[in-house]
Amino acid sequence: MLDLKGVRKSFGAIEALKGIDLAVTRQELVFIIGPSGSGKSTLLRCCNRLEEPTAGRVIIDGVDILSPRVDINEMRRHIGMVFQSFNLYPHLTALGNVTLALRRVLKLPRNEANERGRAALDGVGLAERADAWPNELSGGQQQRVAIARALALQPKVMLFDEPTSALDPELVGGVLDVMRRMRETGMTMLVVSHEMGFAREAADRVLFMDEGEVVEEGAPARIFESPEHARTREFLRRVTGP
Amino acid sequence: MGGVALRVEALSRAMEGLVYNFFNLEVLLKVHPLLLKGLRMTLQLCLLVVPLGIAGGLVVAVAYSFHVRWLNWLLIAYIDLFRSFPPLVLLILVFYGLPFLGVEVPSLVAVLLAFLLNTASYYGEIFRAGIESIGRGQREAARSTGLSGLQAMVYVVLPQAVRNVLPDLISNTLEVIKFTALASVVALPELLRMGRVAQGLTYNPTPLIAAALIYLALLWPIVRLLSRLERRTMAKR
Amino acid sequence: MDRIAANFFDLDVMAKYLPSIIDGVWVTIHLAVFIVLAGIALGFVLAVARAFQIRPVNWLIVLVVDVFRALPPIVIVIVFYFALPFVGISMSGFVVAWLSLTLVLASFAEEIFWTGILSVDRGQWEAARSTGLGFLQTLRDVVLPQAVRLTIPPLTNRTIVITKSTAIASVVAVPEILTHASAAQAFSANTTPLTMAAIAYLVIFLPLVVLSRWVESRFGWKR
Ligand SMILES: Nc1ncnc2c1ncn2[C@@H]1O[C@H](COP(=O)(O)OP(=O)(O)OP(=O)(O)O)[C@@H](O)[C@H]1O
Ligand SMILES: [Mg+2]
Repeated sequence: MLDLKGVRKSFGAIEALKGIDLAVTRQELVFIIGPSGSGKSTLLRCCNRLEEPTAGRVIIDGVDILSPRVDINEMRRHIGMVFQSFNLYPHLTALGNVTLALRRVLKLPRNEANERGRAALDGVGLAERADAWPNELSGGQQQRVAIARALALQPKVMLFDEPTSALDPELVGGVLDVMRRMRETGMTMLVVSHEMGFAREAADRVLFMDEGEVVEEGAPARIFESPEHARTREFLRRVTGP
Repeated sequence: MGGVALRVEALSRAMEGLVYNFFNLEVLLKVHPLLLKGLRMTLQLCLLVVPLGIAGGLVVAVAYSFHVRWLNWLLIAYIDLFRSFPPLVLLILVFYGLPFLGVEVPSLVAVLLAFLLNTASYYGEIFRAGIESIGRGQREAARSTGLSGLQAMVYVVLPQAVRNVLPDLISNTLEVIKFTALASVVALPELLRMGRVAQGLTYNPTPLIAAALIYLALLWPIVRLLSRLERRTMAKR
Repeated sequence: MDRIAANFFDLDVMAKYLPSIIDGVWVTIHLAVFIVLAGIALGFVLAVARAFQIRPVNWLIVLVVDVFRALPPIVIVIVFYFALPFVGISMSGFVVAWLSLTLVLASFAEEIFWTGILSVDRGQWEAARSTGLGFLQTLRDVVLPQAVRLTIPPLTNRTIVITKSTAIASVVAVPEILTHASAAQAFSANTTPLTMAAIAYLVIFLPLVVLSRWVESRFGWKR
């Protein structure tokens, strides 16, 4: 479903990604962990060309999205993205946030877009807050609206960049519940997060990244209980505490 | 072929005309003492109007900060009144009005007075907004350490206030400097006036263009600085 | 006191010159409205053009905008009116005043809009693009609505300052308020017409200044 082949990305002298190969199969949930600055966000952002990879190929459902012939806007609606900072549009209501792309990209008429938007909001448990403005919503609710905004486009893959890092601890659960339900309905997901408990319970595979490379990968239990590499051990020791 | 040659010739004649009229070195050499004299007067005006305006503005803003109701009404009325008058109208009113009152002052003083009334209101509004943007807690903290009200204002509130409104202050200073060119209307021999006089003497607009370029050289750095500062503060909002 | 009344508030003089001052008011209002419409529209277009980030175009925009922000408006008016005819470009005083101040307002407006566009968080662009919105769609539906809101207070203030400076048109004989007042003052050897001009400007601009205070408190600083 999502294939990365030798993806590299440099920012001037900094090599953020040093040749990443990754194949996410349909309905798989792949979890990425790694220290700050290891290139996790850059990797996700290369998957929908928010960053332009310096080299390599990104293939989604058989389409090489780096090819100049590809309509990137058409591709992007198949690749949902959820950001750490929600990035809700503050001048639009929750429903407005969800329906903007439905109206402008899918060109749905207003009532059809609203219908689909409400369904998406219902899916994240926020049907009754459709007319709320972003600043009237809690962080957790905002993030769920952001998820609905991506889901409403019925993407083939969802990318999550630390979706719960900006949330108060008591709000994290609601967002993870939504992600869990998406997984149950068979969504293909690539998740960068520090929620190790969620990874253990929901991920098919965990990747550990450091300095622009995938250091090791495997089933969650294996990575968390018997990491092979010293760097992985060191990282896990630091995040889970002694 | 002939058509092209003709067009090239027409173009070069147009260029010549442009250079002769706008960038005529001969004319410039002849009149540059006039322009320098004008520049000196412009700088002198700036050095008087800007500090006086800032001082006046500070007085207005600090007076406002005491939050005496009737006084604040008065101050806001003053600020808004003079923000509503075009500076040129104020200048002409003061300049031609004072003699009618039997007050005979040098024209420079009349010009300064008019600019001061206008400028102090703008600076006053800026300082006022700056002071209001500093929480009451700052002043209370300062007072609690034994500083007097005035000391708290000078050492604690104003430095922060000025930092908060620095772009507005610089922007207003730019406007004030530009205002000085209005003094040409009442024949004060500043840069623009001298440019006009020199144009009249030489029947050639080069001195006017030169005056404009001098203004540009003087003010462009401020404009650039402002762009940077404004971008920073607006991003913070 | 008598002296003030006689020289600044002479009722006979007032009655005599009121019609011409009112004529001037209309000219001032026309000039101001044309300047505001053209200046803000042009500034907006320039800012949007700048968002495309085409190097040479941006340099040109920055250059023009800087020049018209740096030069005193009266210098621009005088150069346009007294220097341009020498190279074959002649315009009426009204057109000169309109064009000069429009360019000045457009330049300030461009800078304000552009700053507004820049200050919209990068995440907004990214979120919109990640849902498949194109550059122009993102600019129009996501970025500009937020940017414009941010620009309303500074733009209001700047617009007032520049429309006020229409008084400068009097130096190129546009029959606006100040021109009529100065002429009347010369005829009557009395300052009263200038007082009337001042009052006329007050009537036009004081409401705008008060409005700008309201706008400041409504749109400023919070978000
Ligand atoms: N736009 C950019 N310009 C320059 N360098 C960048 C840019 N974006 C990322 N980098 C650099 O690329 C490297 C990887 O950054 P990235 O944001 O992908 O890390 P990360 O793993 O997501 O870290 P974090 O956990 O802090 O979010 C870092 O060294 C970062 O400084
Ligand atoms: Mg990151």
